[in-house]
Amino acid sequence: MIILILTLTLYAIVGWLLLIAYRRRDGSAQKALVMTSEEFLHLLPRLAFGVIGSGFIARLMPQDLVIAWLGPQSGVEGLAIASLAGALTPGGPVVGFALGSAAIKAGAGAPQVIAYVTGWSLFTLNRVLIWEIPFMPAWFVRLRVLVSLPIPFFVAWLVMLIS
Amino acid sequence: MTNPKPRRHFDWSFWVVASLSVGCGLTVFLQEGAGVFFGILEDDTLIFLSITPKVIAGTLIGALVRLLVARETIAHWLGSGSGFKGLLIACLAGVLIPAGPFTVFPLAGAMMVAGADAGAAIAFVTGWLVLGVNRAIVWESPFFGLAFVGLRMLVSFWVPLACGYAARLLQERFKPKDETA
Repeated sequence: MIILILTLTLYAIVGWLLLIAYRRRDGSAQKALVMTSEEFLHLLPRLAFGVIGSGFIARLMPQDLVIAWLGPQSGVEGLAIASLAGALTPGGPVVGFALGSAAIKAGAGAPQVIAYVTGWSLFTLNRVLIWEIPFMPAWFVRLRVLVSLPIPFFVAWLVMLIS
Repeated sequence: MTNPKPRRHFDWSFWVVASLSVGCGLTVFLQEGAGVFFGILEDDTLIFLSITPKVIAGTLIGALVRLLVARETIAHWLGSGSGFKGLLIACLAGVLIPAGPFTVFPLAGAMMVAGADAGAAIAFVTGWLVLGVNRAIVWESPFFGLAFVGLRMLVSFWVPLACGYAARLLQERFKPKDETA
């Protein structure tokens, strides 16, 4: 039900934006459709292999190892390992999200996986090296990383409080 | 500096994921038999098919917003912000912007040139990194499902503002002394 409402809301937004684009009569709407199909062709193989493959990866992940390191009982060390693993995970969102969802299926705890996803979001070396350092001053990158360091722990702690 | 890097459809990260998936699938098939293999394949294919319409909507919204809202307009909104309101606007812009790193980091740089401080720029970047709606719909929910994404958003909504505020307090110690901007 929630999924249906979300999907319908998304398409309502699409319709509204398409109308605005169409009324401009400058080819914006057509251009958007071309951009979308290119983007979608880029996404499709990644999502297909990532989503369908995560079930197989989870099946083969050494379950006792995942539970020992990242399970609900793994405590602060589990959170630290998860955040560090997030920072070191190479590649775009597919790699990080596929590994994270496979870890959940293999028995990792929700706080640990949220720490992992948050660590990946904030620190993945891949993005920092390829995109952030070339565009931003070095002191900005240092400041951003410093203020973000405790975040995966806080966020995981909140998950523990809620659940 | 604003040109996005040309993207290749089959780059190394795709091949990492593809070979991992195919390799694990083959191993499951050989070790545990066809029954287990096709069971997992069916479950995950159904998930994949059910998320595809949302992915299409997400990419459509991304393309339309990029075309309809000029880069200058965004830089202007964010550049004029200050105080808590500035942090809030910057954070919201980061949450809503449907863009990749090749747009977000140049914009954050432009904000700072236009007079925004590191606090606002960090609230913007962190909002995009942690709470970005577009990435959550297109990338995250297919893998984790809406309940997990909702929980993660719920415990993280304060993060961009906190990082922005902390950065605002600390920025004078980080800026090089000779920089006037």
